[in-house]
Amino acid sequence: MSERTAPATEPAPAATEAESTDTEVTSGATAVIRALENADVETAFGVQGGAIMPIYDALYDSDIRHVTMAHEQAASHAADAYGVVHGAPGVCLATSGPGATNLVTGIADANMDSDAVLALTGQVPSDMVGSDAFQETDTTGVTAPITKHNYFATSPDTVGDTVGEAFALAAEGRPGPTLVDLPKDVSLGETDREPGPGRSPATCRPRTEPADAEVEAAARAIERAEKPLLLFGGGVVKGNATDAARQFATEHRIPVVTTMPGIGAMPEDHDLCLSWAGMHGTGYANMAITHTDCLVAVGTRFDDRLTGGIDTFAPEAEVVHIDIDPAEISKNVHADYPVVGDAERAIERVDAEMTASPDAREWCEQCLTWKDEYPMDYAAPDTEPLKPQFVVEALDEATPDETIVTSGVGQHQMWAAQYWTFREPRRWVSSHGLGTMGYGLPAAIGARLAADDDETVVCVDGDASFLMTIQELSVAVREDLDITVAILNNEYIGMVRQWQDAFFEGRRMAAGYDWCPQFDKLAEAFGARGWAVDSYEEVPEAIEAALAYDGPSVIDFHVDPAENVYPMVSSGGANGKFALSEDQL
Amino acid sequence: MSDGQTGLQGPAPEDRPHPDGRRNAQGIRVDPAVESEREPRRTVLSAIVEHEPGVLSRVAGLAARRQFNIESLTVGPTTVDGHARITMVVEEPDPGIDQIETQLAKLKPVISIGELDDDAVRAELVLLKVRGEDPDKVHAITEMYDGKTLDAGPETITVQLTGDEHKIDDAVDAFRRFGIIEIARTGQTALAHGGKKTVPGEEPGTSGEPTKPTTNTTSK
Ligand SMILES: Cc1ncc(C[n+]2csc(CCOP(=O)(O)OP(=O)(O)O)c2C)c(N)n1
Repeated sequence: MSERTAPATEPAPAATEAESTDTEVTSGATAVIRALENADVETAFGVQGGAIMPIYDALYDSDIRHVTMAHEQAASHAADAYGVVHGAPGVCLATSGPGATNLVTGIADANMDSDAVLALTGQVPSDMVGSDAFQETDTTGVTAPITKHNYFATSPDTVGDTVGEAFALAAEGRPGPTLVDLPKDVSLGETDREPGPGRSPATCRPRTEPADAEVEAAARAIERAEKPLLLFGGGVVKGNATDAARQFATEHRIPVVTTMPGIGAMPEDHDLCLSWAGMHGTGYANMAITHTDCLVAVGTRFDDRLTGGIDTFAPEAEVVHIDIDPAEISKNVHADYPVVGDAERAIERVDAEMTASPDAREWCEQCLTWKDEYPMDYAAPDTEPLKPQFVVEALDEATPDETIVTSGVGQHQMWAAQYWTFREPRRWVSSHGLGTMGYGLPAAIGARLAADDDETVVCVDGDASFLMTIQELSVAVREDLDITVAILNNEYIGMVRQWQDAFFEGRRMAAGYDWCPQFDKLAEAFGARGWAVDSYEEVPEAIEAALAYDGPSVIDFHVDPAENVYPMVSSGGANGKFALSEDQL
Repeated sequence: MSDGQTGLQGPAPEDRPHPDGRRNAQGIRVDPAVESEREPRRTVLSAIVEHEPGVLSRVAGLAARRQFNIESLTVGPTTVDGHARITMVVEEPDPGIDQIETQLAKLKPVISIGELDDDAVRAELVLLKVRGEDPDKVHAITEMYDGKTLDAGPETITVQLTGDEHKIDDAVDAFRRFGIIEIARTGQTALAHGGKKTVPGEEPGTSGEPTKPTTNTTSK
């Protein structure tokens, strides 16, 4: 583009200008890449292989930045996290057979967390499909249950449109993953057809404007509530409804709890924010959800880790449920007042419809009392062993406010969510619905590429979770990505050990490592920087050095192996009966 | 690290107030004193879908993984190119029926879906193969149910019957005495009564005009 010089008075027409950098459409593969360019895709994650080679060949001529991952699972997680941070769908690529099946975990993860991801998979040539050809897997069959929709491309002339449609569909309404399977003959086949503007299919356009009657009924229910409570889910974040949601809460002085994916929808240090509710949520959030008489839930699917036993979930509450997906209404929890529509629109409409705020002063006081009564705290000895919660707090303190935090799955994930104070959306990037160990590092890579250069990206990982995708350190080093991995190393698959101690009489079957690698050394071997930390005194120095290092760094915090995550609602139990220690379970 | 940290504090679970309210397994608030689970309801759903490869497996797969109880499912083309109608008999307690509808509506090939009213016209076709020893009696029963003999020989007789579910069930019972060798039932198919629309948005066509759904604004 920069080579072109046009007279100052006569700006070059956009189309001509675009031609100089955009892929020229000559084949199905070039049409695929053109469709991605049309959708403003800047970054894609993947791994090469036979059936996808024509697509990669077309990428050669494109400005899209391709990041070669060490494992396709990491490509799908990186794309997922990229999408969460960026707002537009993340893109991942893999070859047929094992490449496609390796993507599956990340696609399933994106599906559970409503994250927009477009996966492109190579496939054996059309005339060999069904013959058990080399590296043939029924990819559309395997991924049908875990995608919003998937496509089997049939012609070089239409494949560009299909990819554009799949990209648009991933982001439309309730986001989620889509996939296009690309037989090699379709990619190699000739075409000069320019793909049209990507639009999601006519049969999948959600209702965004809520119905008047639903808005009115919801407004009346909130007005008359004495103990109203807002529950912000991931839909508030994904629907970019954070401003409207905060405005609603502060204007009407209604306390807020979030789900885990909803973390950051309300600043966690706001006096109205009770943090997140559910299995390891705060005591005060779980008290509020147990005693509210009007639960106003926005963009949540009432996951069982949030609700605990359905019989005792918000048992006194009328439920107002705002969601863009009509299938979420009354799926798990009956909605007395459903409002189907876009979260931001629905909140604004309900707000405009309300003639008065609910009189909830006493209730607000009560919620503040619970905050004092059940403070989030942990016992910390003066020297050793190092407490994992302390490490999280130290990291939070040492990093800027808008730092992006990714995590693996386990105790460390819960401590990160509990003890980091999030103030903005799209900063907490984790695997919630699927609970995928190994998400943290590839997610940090995806988040890093989506974030601005001056933003900090930290991955709080567990030792076992880190080992599941540790190979991606090679990618972070090669791509020179400034990320800091903080391992809360308890030499256990700690969450499992905690459950064994609590529910299996301490029979610690397959929960411990007799041998754990030296992660600081391992990091150095990859070409990253590494530190090992055993005591409180070393913590600030190591964090400072790792953050100062402009590249991938790993701090191996040797934390108390006996530490457990509390509060805890036992699975299927009542939120209000959260245990503060093991003997209360 | 704050000073004097002692870990989590606060009243133990048994020392906290607990509300008396309860929800049933469907997440509906109920009177805790009364055990209330809703009875399953049997009804017919009709969907206009894009007639593309895999559409049936998407519908069936969704039903299977969400544990929707589908009694029967029929599919066939409509008068619109590229469209097919799927008719399903389902049985679930409310609000499970809505859940089936809204989940299916999310499938990309599903253009429009709706539940039929009780007055909908419904029919099923069954082929019955019975022993051929008593042709006169088989013939008489076939007549009684307005059936048709499709194939008759010394060993077997195959008849065709159509009608609503009850009629077919009765007929099958009546044929048992001859010894039913094989049976094939299509499952129910149905259309809305009179000028009503079978699926929301569908414009009932007149002769020569195709039946087509206008848009899919319904539950999407
Ligand atoms: C892929 C995968 N396999 C197994 C599990 C089950 N699981 C949940 S937490 C956990 C332990 C995680 O250990 P670690 O990453 O060290 O974290 P910690 O709990 O010790 O903080 C396991 C095995 C899972 N969530 N994901």
